[in-house]
Amino acid sequence: MLKLSLSRMEELFSRINGERTLYAPIQIGEQTQFTPWVPDAAVQMNRLSTVKSPKDYFFPHIEDIAAFRVQGKEIEILDVRTEAAPFAVFGVRACDAESLNLLDRIFLDDPIDTFYESKRKSGLIITTACFEPEETCFCGVFGIDALSPGGDIATWIVDDTLYWNALTEKGEALTEAVKDLFEETDDMAVKAAQEKAQTVFDKLPFRDLNLDGLTGEVLMKKFNSPEWANLNPSCLSCGTCTFICPTCHCYDIQDFDTGKGIQRFKCWDSCMCSDFTLMAHGNPRTSQLERFRQRYMHKLIYFPDNNDGAYACVGCGRCVQKCPISMNIVKVIKALGVENDV
Amino acid sequence: MRQKAHELLSSGAVGAVLAWEKGELPYDTSPAVFRDAEALDKMVYNGFCGSNLSKYLIEQGKQDEKVLVFLKPCDTYSLNQLLSENRVAREKLHIIGIGCKGKLDVEKLRTQGIKGITGIEENETLKIQTLYGDHELPREDVLLEKCLSCKGKDHKVYDELIGEDLSADTEQGDKYAKVAELEGQTPAERFAFWRGELSKCIRCNACRNTCPSCTCLKCVFDNAHSGVAAKVNATEFEENMFHIIRAFHVAGRCSDCGECSRVCPQGIPIHLLNRKFIKDISGFYGEFQAGETAELNSPLLCYDLEDAEPNIISKREGDN
Ligand code: SF4
Ligand code: SF4
Ligand code: SF4
Ligand code: SF4
Ligand code: SF4
Repeated sequence: MLKLSLSRMEELFSRINGERTLYAPIQIGEQTQFTPWVPDAAVQMNRLSTVKSPKDYFFPHIEDIAAFRVQGKEIEILDVRTEAAPFAVFGVRACDAESLNLLDRIFLDDPIDTFYESKRKSGLIITTACFEPEETCFCGVFGIDALSPGGDIATWIVDDTLYWNALTEKGEALTEAVKDLFEETDDMAVKAAQEKAQTVFDKLPFRDLNLDGLTGEVLMKKFNSPEWANLNPSCLSCGTCTFICPTCHCYDIQDFDTGKGIQRFKCWDSCMCSDFTLMAHGNPRTSQLERFRQRYMHKLIYFPDNNDGAYACVGCGRCVQKCPISMNIVKVIKALGVENDV
Repeated sequence: MRQKAHELLSSGAVGAVLAWEKGELPYDTSPAVFRDAEALDKMVYNGFCGSNLSKYLIEQGKQDEKVLVFLKPCDTYSLNQLLSENRVAREKLHIIGIGCKGKLDVEKLRTQGIKGITGIEENETLKIQTLYGDHELPREDVLLEKCLSCKGKDHKVYDELIGEDLSADTEQGDKYAKVAELEGQTPAERFAFWRGELSKCIRCNACRNTCPSCTCLKCVFDNAHSGVAAKVNATEFEENMFHIIRAFHVAGRCSDCGECSRVCPQGIPIHLLNRKFIKDISGFYGEFQAGETAELNSPLLCYDLEDAEPNIISKREGDN
């Protein structure tokens, strides 16, 4: 393990930024957002969840995928793909790092999404342990250890020291390049801080959220549960929860008519949108209840059924904090889980 | 409130009750429809019931039953607006007006560095228990933006009024202060302010979907044939356009209920665009408050010989 005084973070950031673009959680107005690092940026390590997750850097909100140039009766198809330039994201939390592993299951499975793959290859994730979880955090429910986060490099901030540990080859390579800034150390201080913080994790309001009974075997039962009719009416169908969620991965493909041709792009979609899964024949989901049900059935039943039991939620708590009417996955799990056999 | 709801529901006078349901945390109440008197013990009314229930009446009104709805004073303006546009049928509603001391914004606690909130005791001083120690804060420091310029404590439409804090007062701040400040800026400064804010927009549509004046069956931004439909702001122009069009669409209809800014996950002060319209409409046509009555009397829909000439805009000073 390596260590560095927090007073030298600026130096570290500028060194990392030299070789690649560096993104970090930066305070902008009253919010903390992942944004490109610039010298003297207000890097904010106290607020855990940024409004949007770092998912954006791997799976952007909007991305051009092809272009068509039309000349007379000729249509030329242009490949607009480029290799992603190297970048690093600093200050990623354990939950968000895990969300990328979930996205890998979708986008790196056959057929591989080359846009995502290219960014995943050139992007480096530097995580930071959470010693002060928020009341909305429930990563532990999904087996994520916020005190030992994943990614390419894991870091811990204890008092005024940054502890640093490379976890992958990519992480090792970056570590080599900045090693001269650091000092070697043992993990005693980190261990002590982890033990202390564990007592806080043991007190989190959602620590005992029970996922038992949410499996593919009861798919039809949960699908037809009367609970949906109780849960759905409050939902505004806005899509906030899907756009801030680090694990949501639906996208739409649309064409923009440039006058001389077509720019084809993909952009995030949301099961809360009225045209979600709209096809030529119509839409299999026509009511708000069906769209609402899709969100939670996907996260809690369909996704684990197709992915060795892995839920499509990492417990980041963003939807708990940001849903305008405080409907969220926790309430749905409580209503549909094993404690309520419905 | 619960007793009243119980009475009306059990007697069959109403088929449903629209109110707030307590959540899992001290502050996460959700609007909810209660059909079963048993379930009413989950009903709650506290400082975190800022959400405006009026818009839910559009959906609820499709049922063949009467509904009991609890409305705060400001929510009744939105309902009047919906009634005036025939989006909700008055005879299907039993409206109980409830008092309000101003509603609270948990984000304001978070931005003050309070986290790990496990308990909140509500009084003039809020006592907040967290995983990291206790805090005390004057209630007024945590009020929702909309409550800082409360329209007053009168319910504009109701069948009955109940509750203790019916006459409780919240400060009626100058709602145009920030608008006037922006008007005083140079166009470049103003543009920079709005670019800074609107560039944060993630186009989640929460502002639109919560808005009790945004009630189109199909929003122009969801209509693929409109040419402006989108799920994303692809360019700066689109970011601006979405908000400007929305502000125009609700001009003269927006009652300034403040829901748009309350729900925005990015904290964008969208209400300022609408307030600019309200200020101008009131300036040109005389003081006007949408939702004051259930009559369709917006100056933008009615013609009067005294109306301002359209070219007043170009003559106005300081607004180029
Ligand atoms: S659950 Fe909440 S955030 Fe999600 S669409 Fe419904 S109202 Fe919006
Ligand atoms: S569903 Fe909610 S808690 Fe789960 S990963 Fe998405 S935003 Fe986070
Ligand atoms: S279906 Fe809904 S919940 Fe599932 S990934 Fe897509 S947007 Fe997210
Ligand atoms: S959910 Fe866990 S990993 Fe994510 S921010 Fe909270 S404590 Fe950290
Ligand atoms: S609620 Fe905020 S982020 Fe969402 S569309 Fe409206 S302005 Fe944009």
